[in-house]
Amino acid sequence: MNAVTHFVTPDFLPAAPEMFVLGMACLILVVDAYLSQNQRWITYTLSQLTLLGAALLTLMLHQTEPSLTFNDSFIRDAMGGVLKLFIYLVTGLVFIYSREYLKSRDLYRGEYFVLALLAVLGMMVLVSAHSLLTLYLGLELLSLSLYSMVALQRDSAVASEAAMKYFVLGAIASGMLLYGMSILYGVTGSLDLASISRGAALFTPGEAMPAEMPGGNTLFIFGLVFVIIGIAFKLGAVPFHMWIPDVYHGAPTAVTLFLGSAPKIAAFAMLMRLLAEGLGALHGEWQTMLIILSVLSMAAGNLIAIAQGNIKRMLAYSTIAHVGFLLLGILNGTLSGYGAAMFYTLVYTLMSAGGFGMILLLSRAGFEADRLEDFKGLNQRSPWYAFMMLLLMFSMAGVPPTVGFFAKLVVLQAAVEAGLVWLAAFAVLMSVIGAYYYLRIIKLMYFDKAGHDAPLVAPRDMRIALSLNSLGMLALGLFPGALLALCSRVVGTG
Amino acid sequence: MIALSDYLILGAVLFCISMAGIFLNRKNVIVLLMAIELMLLAVNMNFIAFSHYSGDIAGQIFVFFILTVAAAESAIGLAILVVLFRNIRAINVEDMDKLKG
Repeated sequence: MNAVTHFVTPDFLPAAPEMFVLGMACLILVVDAYLSQNQRWITYTLSQLTLLGAALLTLMLHQTEPSLTFNDSFIRDAMGGVLKLFIYLVTGLVFIYSREYLKSRDLYRGEYFVLALLAVLGMMVLVSAHSLLTLYLGLELLSLSLYSMVALQRDSAVASEAAMKYFVLGAIASGMLLYGMSILYGVTGSLDLASISRGAALFTPGEAMPAEMPGGNTLFIFGLVFVIIGIAFKLGAVPFHMWIPDVYHGAPTAVTLFLGSAPKIAAFAMLMRLLAEGLGALHGEWQTMLIILSVLSMAAGNLIAIAQGNIKRMLAYSTIAHVGFLLLGILNGTLSGYGAAMFYTLVYTLMSAGGFGMILLLSRAGFEADRLEDFKGLNQRSPWYAFMMLLLMFSMAGVPPTVGFFAKLVVLQAAVEAGLVWLAAFAVLMSVIGAYYYLRIIKLMYFDKAGHDAPLVAPRDMRIALSLNSLGMLALGLFPGALLALCSRVVGTG
Repeated sequence: MIALSDYLILGAVLFCISMAGIFLNRKNVIVLLMAIELMLLAVNMNFIAFSHYSGDIAGQIFVFFILTVAAAESAIGLAILVVLFRNIRAINVEDMDKLKG
């Protein structure tokens, strides 16, 4: 045992955005306690300022060289920086979209914003994790905040049922992941991802035990299986997807919006840190597992989504299908594949935020616009928003001028480069099937008669943000080069 | 002399018991929460055994963090359970069937 004789003060600077968000979340918690209901805009403004401040700090501290701190358990690198900026952006959009909905349901309280900010903090820690400990703590901070957010609507039976299901399955996932981590720790003797990666390099396929690590190979695979099950649970890949439809359906739509967008970026970061950076040497072993998860997710997600009459449930199954595509980029195991997966993730979170934002726009006090029929004749009620929804649905389906097409194209390219042509062909087939249920919404909006012609009311900032979000899908689709280049440049710099 | 493998087997057995507890139990949600706690304790057993036999202290530090997080997790789990009970007047697993599609 090597005794630590002196304590070195760690360099706090790389973690400045995290500390800022934590400080502000605590401050907002206290400030909110002294506010009356019609002063709640202060909480809202402070939350948006927190995200803005964190974004400025992240930009100011940006540097191309990665730097480690806190005994090598925390890393600041270019990939982390870009992912964090997108987390702030998406969360900011979520706050704008959900404000009116929360007000009309008596949920417009400090809890929503404080919990969301703590979840953002968890995502930031997860994105910057460089040891199993930081990874676990970030993940738990994120998950615990999300469990409570799902249960925020306390008088709703479905919301509390969804929260309970989410909690139990999420806790099982954490347990699985931890069990896998304990095995990885045992084999490599370290929690640091760099040391784990060095230990993984000793891995020799085919042999039961190399001379350097007695029993190491078998244990490595054993740990890897548990880690992948844990990640698949969190991502919602089939066959570990059962919680997604129920939680998306049961949670208040404002929470579903948050749940379905920003945490996907964190899940991508977890995949990158654990599989690509930590266990990159075991690529041959995890590729097969990811192929199975990807095929099942694309098939089940797209096929079951067709049968859904509730649009939140439909988007939940569409999430599962998109996770299958995301894995398609990762399983390649090359830098271009990771870059493609990162592009896909960022684009997907923006699409998802827009899609759920549209449901929030149609919802009013006492009325939840979560049935497919609620979108009937939207073109008569508001041609502009029908067009916005059209762009979002085209993007999710992957119709050419929108960015969803390019996102699918780059991950398919990655799969073909990896020599998995059959998998790429299967993915194309599945996305054609998937196009059916996205286009059905467009058909409902443009060719069916509206049940009623109540005008859409929304505050100006929401209308502008939602329009920019949807038009962004078109703009990114026309000029995907910049974001694509950014993703492939920053990925794998750590 | 107790070998490392003995501790690992104990950890695996505890883990399997907790898994069985989660998947076989159709009655009470509180039992589910207990099974989840047991799962985390099984992991702790693994970490401490590895930490002791490899002479690396980091695993034991990790255990402290897991214990703390487990406490927070059960607090939130029980809070959700209370909310659930207020709404459906039951804590049976079988009564959680409103969400289907």
